Amino acid sequence: MIPDNRLTKPTRTNRFYRLHRVADRLRWFTKNDKILYPSVVISVIMVVSVLGPYISPFDPTATHPTETYLAPNAKYLFGTDHIGRDLLSRVLIGGRSTLLLGVGSTALAMTFGVPIGLLAGIKGGYIDEAIMRVMDVIMSFPTLLLALILLTSLPSNVWTAMLAVGVVFIPKISRVVRSSTLEVKNEEYVEAARVRGESDGYIMFYEVLPNIIPPIAVESTIRVGYAIIIGASLSFLGLGAQPPAPDWGYMIAQSQNHIWQTPWFLIWPALFLGLTIFSFNVLGDGLRDELDPKVTGDQV
Amino acid sequence: MSNTKQYIVKRFVYLLATMFAVSVVIFGLANALPGNVARTILGSYATEDKVNALEAQLGLNDPLYVQYLDWLHGVLTLNLGNSIKYGQPITELVIPKLLNSLQLAGVTMVIVVTIGIALGVVSAVKHNGRVDSVISTFVYAGVSIPEFVTGLLLILLLGGPVFSVFPASGYVSPFESVVGWGTHMFLPALTLSIVLMTHVVRQTRSEMVEALNSEYADAARLKGLSRQKVIIKHALRNSLLPTITVIALNFGYLMGGLVVVEELFAYPGIGRLVVGAIRNRDLPLIQAAVLVIAFTYTFGNFLADILYTRLNPQIDYS
Repeated sequence: MIPDNRLTKPTRTNRFYRLHRVADRLRWFTKNDKILYPSVVISVIMVVSVLGPYISPFDPTATHPTETYLAPNAKYLFGTDHIGRDLLSRVLIGGRSTLLLGVGSTALAMTFGVPIGLLAGIKGGYIDEAIMRVMDVIMSFPTLLLALILLTSLPSNVWTAMLAVGVVFIPKISRVVRSSTLEVKNEEYVEAARVRGESDGYIMFYEVLPNIIPPIAVESTIRVGYAIIIGASLSFLGLGAQPPAPDWGYMIAQSQNHIWQTPWFLIWPALFLGLTIFSFNVLGDGLRDELDPKVTGDQV
Repeated sequence: MSNTKQYIVKRFVYLLATMFAVSVVIFGLANALPGNVARTILGSYATEDKVNALEAQLGLNDPLYVQYLDWLHGVLTLNLGNSIKYGQPITELVIPKLLNSLQLAGVTMVIVVTIGIALGVVSAVKHNGRVDSVISTFVYAGVSIPEFVTGLLLILLLGGPVFSVFPASGYVSPFESVVGWGTHMFLPALTLSIVLMTHVVRQTRSEMVEALNSEYADAARLKGLSRQKVIIKHALRNSLLPTITVIALNFGYLMGGLVVVEELFAYPGIGRLVVGAIRNRDLPLIQAAVLVIAFTYTFGNFLADILYTRLNPQIDYS
């Protein structure tokens, strides 16, 4: 039996009760190293990427033909590449497209994946079956390969790469959201909303969604890391960021033919790319530790 | 037992259905390409009449479902026509490349299994010690660095003038030179194995920690068995099942990783074939190669599921 007071429409405070608890937890997030340190690193990288053009010592696309393949020195702190561009300036600005792709494609995947997962979880039956089978087919392709096929018919740039990676990740997000939905759909507050005669849409977005924020937060953080890997791989294959854009993935791809003249060309962008992905992975793990959602994301 | 058989049959039907759906998706996506196949073949100077004639000859004016059925017939009879770029029959292009890729995947799996399980065991035995934290850091770093970066770093370290032990590109058939085959295989296989290895290490470690703290491990110790015997005969044997599943499931990931690693090391496999075909907009070749990779991938997942049910008799099949 459901107590009477649960049958009344929840107030705003009640509805976002779990969200408040999450906010409470935010306070002691700072106690967990796995959340604190990566958050700091990611914030620094984001700030530097945004401020890039204002703090970089040189124009990232300006060439200095007489000063190629330089090791780090007083004038060029990170050295120069094969046509004498300043590596520090390129690395400082290169984070923009990388972060944009990682965060943008994850946001895109969530925009579609979250409602799809909620719908499959709440409706159940044939609708659930149909949605999940379609998702299974999409997941029958290796992630990178599917992104590659999608890009064959599109012009190559950061935006189309973001679109392709976003689409590829929709099934992964919707799977996590669906199983989280299944876990809470029989809770009392959902039943109460049903008894009140609320629509499925209301239940999905106002009852279920606020209560499955923790697993979604964990999944999306880990997704950003994977999205950056796939985006950088696309740039490496020549289907993402285009020259002369200073993109970490593209810089690494270019360095391939020059690593014997100057390993720094490879090392700097690799270091920052690795550090960024590493931070998102550790952060995702830390969030998982703190929020302890039962549902965990699957691999790439 | 009949329950198991039923499950396998059901899973097999599901596999076929997935493969069918995958073929439809590939056909659909490829036909969404804006390029005109006949024009690509003939070049931009061909007259409109010639293009139209070739389109009719290739059946490009037929309704889409007829084109799909034609293509499906080609897939089933292994007769997929010629590549636009190379002019060779597609089957002749795809099969040797697939065999090369499978060799690379095989060597990678051997590295993953041997080193991955060994590191996992060491990590669990030295639980929370210094060795364990070094291995854990390596595991984190492994999943955080894209393959083309690991590959380039390995080339920098082992492929160059300093230690020029391993060639950084190409492939040598084992019938020509076994040593050449091994050295050419080493860097790409090692690169591919690092990400997978991290999963295996993580899985083995957590299972082993649990097994070493279990009652049967205590009982084995009390019986006076040596440390090695307890670790290998008792704990490891019981930890292997989940690890094997992780390895099997990661086979699919391997097929995706091949694309980047083969491109990086100029390894003549199916992944490199796909990238080349996409660059050349070689539509029939893209379709065929992608289909082969996707089939291998779904089949790998199918085998992983079956293997899991065979190894774990307690599983609920429903």
